[in-house]
Amino acid sequence: MTGHVPLSWFLMLSAVLFSLGVAGFIFRRNIITMFMSIELILNAVNLTFITFAYQRQQVAGHLFAFFVMVVAAAEAAVGLAIILTVFKNRGTLNIDDLDSMKN
Amino acid sequence: MDLIVFLVFAGVAVVAAINVVVQRHPISSAVSLIAVMGSLAVLYLLLGAEFIAAAQVIVYAGAVMVLFVFVIMLLNAGGETKAGRSFVASRLGVPVLVALLALLAFFTACIYPHDTQVHFGGFRGGTAEAVGRALFTTYLLPFEITSILILIAIVGAIVLARKELE
Repeated sequence: MTGHVPLSWFLMLSAVLFSLGVAGFIFRRNIITMFMSIELILNAVNLTFITFAYQRQQVAGHLFAFFVMVVAAAEAAVGLAIILTVFKNRGTLNIDDLDSMKN
Repeated sequence: MDLIVFLVFAGVAVVAAINVVVQRHPISSAVSLIAVMGSLAVLYLLLGAEFIAAAQVIVYAGAVMVLFVFVIMLLNAGGETKAGRSFVASRLGVPVLVALLALLAFFTACIYPHDTQVHFGGFRGGTAEAVGRALFTTYLLPFEITSILILIAIVGAIVLARKELE
């Protein structure tokens, strides 16, 4: 054992985090928690980008992770503003109660 | 040494990610998510991504999660009530997720039968200088488009928050 880490372990970790994010998105009913699950998914994808950047010895993967981060920040700002508006108008964060577009 | 660092922080990331999904109250999920992001920043450092690790801590664990915690505290909606879940989600959810995970692990094992061994310092191209050089030469157009995206996000957030004030 040289103390080095196999590259695939990083990819496995990324897969586990991605699946947990999907689980949170499916099982949770609170709209903020679902939003945080999306952030978890994006982080898992970022880890994959950085891992492949290491394997290819290229900096391009880091830039993709950077762009994902920027888009996630913009998404969080707009999404949380929408959540604020929804809560002011409806008084709930439970997605089961937010079904006015169904009819 | 690298192996110990990986195992410790990967363990923290997985446990905190499970906590994000399991916790009833959003604020507990948010704090757990900060732990996930912090441990991921350490793993980025291990992979030689210095700039992205710093950006992870500043942008994600700093700015984005502060925004989340701020909104949770502002709304103060309390814990999630255990609602009746749909039949499909309760019966098929866990098997489908396990299948997804197994599929991802299978493809990873197929594509990488002979692993690259990761060690600290194995990739030195992730400095702020290297990232900045690539960002302002090869990827200049995406970078400029990103600035327009952020401008749109600012305008959208202000419009939505203003509507809420009226």
